[in-house]
Amino acid sequence: MEDFLQNLLNGIAAGSIYALIALGYTMVYGVLKLINFAHGDIFMIGSFVGFYAGRYMARHATGEAASLGSAALVLLLAMLVCGIVGYLNERIAYRPLRNAPRIASLITAIGVSFLLEYGGQMVFGPDPKFFPTLVEKKIIHLGTITTTNYQFIVLAVAIVFMGLLQYIIYGTKFGRALRAVSFNFETASLMGIPTDRIISMTFVLGSMLAAVAGILYGLSYPKIDPLMGIMPGLKAFVAAVLGGIGNVPGAVVGGLLIGIIESFVGGSQFSSYRDGIAFVILIVILLFRPSGLFGRYEPEKV
Amino acid sequence: MPATEPILESKNVTIRFGGLTAVSNFDLTVNPRELVGLIGPNGAGKTTIFNMLTGVYKPTEGDIRVGAVSTRDFKPYQITALGLARTFQNIRLFKELTVLENVKAGGHIHYKYSGTSAVLHTNRFHTAEEQAEEDALRLLDLFDLRSRAQYTARNLPYGDQRRLEIARALAARPRLLLLDEPAAGLNTGETAALMTKIREIRDRFGVAILLIEHNMELVMGICERIIVLNYGKTIAQGTPDQIQTNPVVVEAYLGEPVEAAQL
Repeated sequence: MEDFLQNLLNGIAAGSIYALIALGYTMVYGVLKLINFAHGDIFMIGSFVGFYAGRYMARHATGEAASLGSAALVLLLAMLVCGIVGYLNERIAYRPLRNAPRIASLITAIGVSFLLEYGGQMVFGPDPKFFPTLVEKKIIHLGTITTTNYQFIVLAVAIVFMGLLQYIIYGTKFGRALRAVSFNFETASLMGIPTDRIISMTFVLGSMLAAVAGILYGLSYPKIDPLMGIMPGLKAFVAAVLGGIGNVPGAVVGGLLIGIIESFVGGSQFSSYRDGIAFVILIVILLFRPSGLFGRYEPEKV
Repeated sequence: MPATEPILESKNVTIRFGGLTAVSNFDLTVNPRELVGLIGPNGAGKTTIFNMLTGVYKPTEGDIRVGAVSTRDFKPYQITALGLARTFQNIRLFKELTVLENVKAGGHIHYKYSGTSAVLHTNRFHTAEEQAEEDALRLLDLFDLRSRAQYTARNLPYGDQRRLEIARALAARPRLLLLDEPAAGLNTGETAALMTKIREIRDRFGVAILLIEHNMELVMGICERIIVLNYGKTIAQGTPDQIQTNPVVVEAYLGEPVEAAQL
């Protein structure tokens, strides 16, 4: 029983990070029908901004209150930088291909991904770095389960940002426009919705969530390197497909499910398949329910 | 700009798809508050013209001006911002959004606030959203849709969907409203109500209306001027009376007179 609870807790914490990344995949897919494979690398950049900013802050701030404040500052800075990178990514690499066949943008996305990964090795250096301790780590015993305050921080921050996203999508004109563009790009444009700006904003928003995920990931698994975005990126992509790509609540549920399943596999005798299980899920989903858990089957319009 | 200046001017507009000339040398001027009909047999190029006017297709040749601005390099949403809004032959609502959200989305550009003020819930955000709500509800009232404001658009009956499309287009506050077969699929009673409504819209909002329609009762009943298209060419132009008695038009619709064909 305690194993079960322990695995569940670990899974929820990891899963909420996947969910944050998956949201970016799913939102971009919604508006552009493009799988932005560079998204995992934007998550990596978020971590690295956290690394440099965190290190700088650590030298200049002391005391608990200061450390919480500076952690928030690090988070905001990472969001800002990733927002800009995401914006430029769309503006430079995808917008010129708006009317090109979809495969062209897809290949470009893979290209951008490599650019960020190996460009990252050039700029940050290829060797792993140790993510700074933004918040002091505390071990918490809950009955028989052991956890850290990090898992709760991860969960709390993830919930706050998902709530914020939910509010933006359903409570603001940007969200309305985003849903309109997702439903039908051309009609939205004909109704006066500035589609280019909405798409830019979608990238910015998705990248900011990836930055949040990058910081939370750095806190939880402090070894970071320029290729760190690949695996979580792919798994978050699987999470988005699992939930139904293009579906926002689906991405959250998919992320949590992947995190929890992974955690249980890791805690079982099949622990060496931990990283593989997400892809088994991907295959099963594509075979039996390609529209995902929450996706609606839409026949191709003629 | 004086009110007499035309809202829309299209000169020598031609579009070719490969070797097919879908529309050739189309000229049209629409003045403020005018009610103009565009008719012609199926495949005459009517919807293609709408698509060029709204920026979906770029004309191969010719010039389209909205206000006095040439729209050649404009994207559809930029043209909408100049004062053109449309509906579609096959209904194209945002079916996953509610009725109210559809109308609000149509007015997108008129409510301005930044992302930051939305997240921080500033006054500016509240005022803009309240204004959007109020304007949208007023439009829904006009089309008797207020009681269904919270329905998801896909669940509306067909006739309501057609009227919601017009409401959504009006939310963009156009100076020229393009209606693509607004009476398609409506019964006689609904069509009669639509005719009254179209006149009411023109008078109330002061918009010009250009409409494509196969229902002759509607076209002849409300249009002040009619343009007849066949095989991409304008074959006649004039008042409803002139059009009804024009032999070229009759021929385009009914074929050549039997005697002529036999001789």
